[in-house]
Amino acid sequence: MAGRVVVVTSGKGGVGKTTTVANIGTGLALRHKKVVMIDADIGLRNLDVVMGLENRIVYDLVDVAEKTCRSINKALIKDKRLSNLFLLPAAQTRNKDAITPDQMIEIVEGLKEEFDYILIDCPAGIERGFNNAVAAATEAIVVTTPEVSAVRDADRIIGLLQEKEIYEPLLVLNRLRPEMVRKGDMMDVDDINDILAIKLLGIVPDDEEIIISTNKGEPAVLNSHSKAGEAFRNIVKRLEGEEVPFMPINGETGLFGKFLKLMHGK
Amino acid sequence: MKFFREESPSKKQAVERLRLILVHDRAKVSTGLLELLRGEIINAISKYVEIDENEIEIELNANDSKAELVANIPVVRVRRAIE
Ligand SMILES: Nc1ncnc2c1ncn2[C@@H]1O[C@H](COP(=O)(O)OP(=O)(O)OP(=O)(O)O)[C@@H](O)[C@H]1O
Ligand SMILES: [Mg+2]
Repeated sequence: MAGRVVVVTSGKGGVGKTTTVANIGTGLALRHKKVVMIDADIGLRNLDVVMGLENRIVYDLVDVAEKTCRSINKALIKDKRLSNLFLLPAAQTRNKDAITPDQMIEIVEGLKEEFDYILIDCPAGIERGFNNAVAAATEAIVVTTPEVSAVRDADRIIGLLQEKEIYEPLLVLNRLRPEMVRKGDMMDVDDINDILAIKLLGIVPDDEEIIISTNKGEPAVLNSHSKAGEAFRNIVKRLEGEEVPFMPINGETGLFGKFLKLMHGK
Repeated sequence: MKFFREESPSKKQAVERLRLILVHDRAKVSTGLLELLRGEIINAISKYVEIDENEIEIELNANDSKAELVANIPVVRVRRAIE
């Protein structure tokens, strides 16, 4: 059976696409799926660093598109930890025009038979880079943070995905801060669900473990103590069709928080 | 003396602003939305009054607190009582 081709996109930059790809990719590989992650952010490659694979790159996506390297397998970098996880890195010294949607489709076609999942890390924006990243995908994950501008851009992206005939994108709400939600200073998942009206794949808390894990080049999903890691493990399960309840997002900790709740009669 | 902060309105503002922004974004992006509306409005109204189709203006207006659809439809004549 041909693998699933999923693009991770957002519109707005810096909301967590690359982090999401690295963690979902690693999480799926932990479940023994054969996974390849394609960094389609040509000119600003990041996924290699987040995965800790930056020193192993020989060929990149553009080399594959231009057939500079003899076979696509030569460009695939095997993960340090998991032998069934691979990265196809972006070119760093080229720009988004260096490949075309047709080339992207051809490359993905060549990978579909061998892999269970092909995850595509989309660049920010809605131009060439977006069109390239989305061209070969049949499913999409839209990442947003609970901020007005990010949700607005997510809405635009959902519209553009529709034009590309991807009608049921899944939502990842990233960097939620429960304490701020509790105080009424941050939109919560219900507000955003109400506005975007697409299926929720998961909620990832704002977590300093993400920064620590990026420093080390080890996705948080590998860390059993990380809250964000747990969120990504749940996301992976849902992507695989398991029913997993959403983590309770409440900011209060311990007794005092419960007391506060009682006082407010909620 | 106040121990607990009143629920801050900033999230409510965020939701409200987003709602208005998206009314506009979506209306602009879906080209043809206003055209479609125009056609249907003409159909509906023409049953009762004769209107000047060329002079119809339909706009989406918004200010800080609301978005509204404004239609300016010049009436040429009202049809006789409809049974
Ligand atoms: N849940 C989180 N908690 C804390 N920090 C996070 C979280 N998610 C992402 N970050 C941080 O936010 C920054 C941007 O994340 P990331 O690179 O994944 O975003 P991106 O959408 O891929 O950005 P770009 O649009 O530039 O490609 C990174 O420094 C990352 O470590
Ligand atoms: Mg990125």
